[in-house]
Amino acid sequence: MAHAGTLTINRLNKDYRVKDKNLHILDNVSLSIAPGEFVSIVGSSGCGKSTLLRLIIGLEEDYKGEILLDGKPISGTSLDRGIVFQEHRLFPWLSVEQNVGLALQNSSLSDSEKQRSIQEHIELVGLRGFEKAYPYQLSGGMSQRVAIARGLVNRPEILLLDEPFGALDAMTKYNLQKELQHIWEAEGITMILVTHDVEEAVYLGDRVVIMEPRPGRIKRIVPVPLERPRNRMALNFVRIKEEILGEFGINHQEEEALIPALAA
Amino acid sequence: MATFKDKLPSIDPRGFVLPALLLLVWQGITAAGWVDTRIIVAPSAVLAAGWNWINSGLALESIGASLFRDASGFTLGAAAGITIGLLLGTSKLANTFFGPTFHTLKHISIFAWIPLLSAFFGRDDLAKIVFIAFATLYPVALATIEGVRAIAASQLEVAKVYGFTPRQALFRLILPAASPQIISGLHLGLIFAWLATMGAEFLLASTGEGLGMTVIRGRAAFRVDLIIFGMLIIGAFGMLLNELATRAESRLLHWRGHAR
Repeated sequence: MAHAGTLTINRLNKDYRVKDKNLHILDNVSLSIAPGEFVSIVGSSGCGKSTLLRLIIGLEEDYKGEILLDGKPISGTSLDRGIVFQEHRLFPWLSVEQNVGLALQNSSLSDSEKQRSIQEHIELVGLRGFEKAYPYQLSGGMSQRVAIARGLVNRPEILLLDEPFGALDAMTKYNLQKELQHIWEAEGITMILVTHDVEEAVYLGDRVVIMEPRPGRIKRIVPVPLERPRNRMALNFVRIKEEILGEFGINHQEEEALIPALAA
Repeated sequence: MATFKDKLPSIDPRGFVLPALLLLVWQGITAAGWVDTRIIVAPSAVLAAGWNWINSGLALESIGASLFRDASGFTLGAAAGITIGLLLGTSKLANTFFGPTFHTLKHISIFAWIPLLSAFFGRDDLAKIVFIAFATLYPVALATIEGVRAIAASQLEVAKVYGFTPRQALFRLILPAASPQIISGLHLGLIFAWLATMGAEFLLASTGEGLGMTVIRGRAAFRVDLIIFGMLIIGAFGMLLNELATRAESRLLHWRGHAR
């Protein structure tokens, strides 16, 4: 089993310069994530949640503050940190197993270990029998499964998920959320999920980090002390979901109160 | 296993009506003696001239010489074109220094290079091959630049996340991602190379053999039958090369699926 990483973010600030203007994207973000924890980050668009992930993976640099993995500052990209993007980003000229193997090119494993790890992870995401298929032959959900296998095959300490199910239909999304939860339990690694789907955040996360925009900052962190697998219809689940939605100014009780008024 | 016949596109026989009619009229007016048969020779005379030419063994030699020039020039030009295209497409520095020169030189018609090439290399095979390489280079280089520039930033990020070395980035991402454009550039280059092979043999005519030279000699000897047969063979080989390229293209790009 992979070693799970501890991620510590201290007073992280990020600015973009657009022409002569300075855009403050992240404002004093501090967050500590325990090994093996699943943290969901929700927020409306423009709250800097994707930028935060891109900083952690190392695709964005030039920030103020600290990002530490197991106490060491991160620098650039590394095989210790994996990512699944919103679009699958598979290489269309490679088969499923070649795409997964892409992540292992620079790993120190022997060829037979690589082969075994590729096969294991293809099976983990339920794509046994599709090893030789090409991306054009796969559905959106299957492609995203391959992307998850590719993100995991290196056995990273931490896996970042940037709205991975955002482009999928509701049925596929439910299935993949359930499977992602199994995978997280099986691999025992730290995961950070960025999403704008509050239900998804509550279903998967040990904690839900709520961010707000302009400048992007943490508004509140809501713990989700519920047993897994979680029941989306359970009262406790719905209560936490409502509480988080309330932070975005979406109040269902008010909406219900409005209905008779409209009917009248 | 599909047979060869299955792979042939279905042809509507109505397409043959016009050529057949023309052949008939052509044969008719020459047989009736309405025209000077030294200028307008009968189709049967063309066939006879072709038959003799093939039997003399000169045909094989000519075709072989032309194909050799075509293949050498194409290989040289394609390799140079891909290299230049990769360099200008991937390196900002290279593009700054060489881009303007390259994009200016491409406006000089390749035929305008002929006097300079013959001054440098004479009229032998070398001059012809360099000319063919020039003709191939530009479409291949331009297509390669276009292909490399079209690579999505999102794919380059994947390479960065998995720590690709520059070599891995070239062979596992840049070349395959640009391959649809590179391959259509090569296809175009192949057509240009064959046209340039004939151009080189016409304009840099020397004592050697070649399909283009056969036609030129046909003209010198006022052998219209040989000229026409030579043209038919040149066209047939052009078609054959194009067909081979089309097949290679769909095989190499199978990963794009059928929906395009």
